[in-house]
Amino acid sequence: MKNIIKIKIKVNGKVKLIKNNTKLSNLIKFLKIPVKKVAIELNQEIVDKKKLEKIILKKNDKIEVVHFIGGG
Amino acid sequence: MEQNILKVADKKFKSRLIVGTGKYKSMKECAKAIKLSGAEIVTVAVRRVNITDKKKPLLMDYIDPKKITYLPNTAGCFNSKEALRTLRLAREIGGWKLVKLEVLGDKKNLFPEMIETLKSTEILTKEGFKVMVYCNDDPLMAKRLENVGASAIMPLAAPIGSGLGILNKINIKIIRAQTKLPLIIDAGLGQASDATIAMELGCDGVLVNTAIAKATKPYDMALAFKNAVIAGRYSYLSGRIKKNLMGNPSSPTKGVI
Repeated sequence: MKNIIKIKIKVNGKVKLIKNNTKLSNLIKFLKIPVKKVAIELNQEIVDKKKLEKIILKKNDKIEVVHFIGGG
Repeated sequence: MEQNILKVADKKFKSRLIVGTGKYKSMKECAKAIKLSGAEIVTVAVRRVNITDKKKPLLMDYIDPKKITYLPNTAGCFNSKEALRTLRLAREIGGWKLVKLEVLGDKKNLFPEMIETLKSTEILTKEGFKVMVYCNDDPLMAKRLENVGASAIMPLAAPIGSGLGILNKINIKIIRAQTKLPLIIDAGLGQASDATIAMELGCDGVLVNTAIAKATKPYDMALAFKNAVIAGRYSYLSGRIKKNLMGNPSSPTKGVI
């Protein structure tokens, strides 16, 4: 069996192991995140949601996905 | 009536009451209280999506951002960097440019850190944001915020969540007299009459969260605040009588039998 290389990334502060060469769009889909209702940061830089498919995740990438919640 | 329209950054609102969406027992309770309050603007916070529990209810499922204006807020930010990051993310969620800036300086009294607030207001305005600014009730600082492009001045009545009501009416009056920008009392109100007082001082609106969300009966309190704001506005526009030290009879003194 072919060995799948996995890399470590962080999503909202939690460590996740993903396949090497995973696109950011696939990760978002896998996590079932409603893209229209969130904003995404990759290593503290805002990601254009139209370009999610063009971003290939690298080892130690830090992703933040935020949305609106109740607040004062 | 035009005088009953609240205008902020060229947007018009019929209600002069803005409500927060925090501290409610449930999203359902929050949505119902907002409906009863008549508010057309609600403040919201920007936080991480819970990636492990996807069944958690979403605010947008209860409060439709197409019907109610979301006002992203930087509550919980303690410096300019955090506040800017939060609001840039908020804009990215769906084009929100009208935002509420709140940079806190002390974890206990929650007073605003005005140096960082001023700095952030200037940067955000340059980036095209329409910034409604939470600030202390200092007329000089309010003027400086206006000078760097704030879209609304939002002085506190008292510390956030304290319920103490308006502590410094004179300062609020001075700020009112010096600015044509929307003046909205933000934070510290405890009961509906506090909102009436704010409106009678000439404020353009009030922002309330805890006083409604944590009232024993939030729905009734939402209704009370709605009416209190309307009452205060009408009272302000009606021209109150002068105060007299002595009594002045309401019935004619002539023709008394």
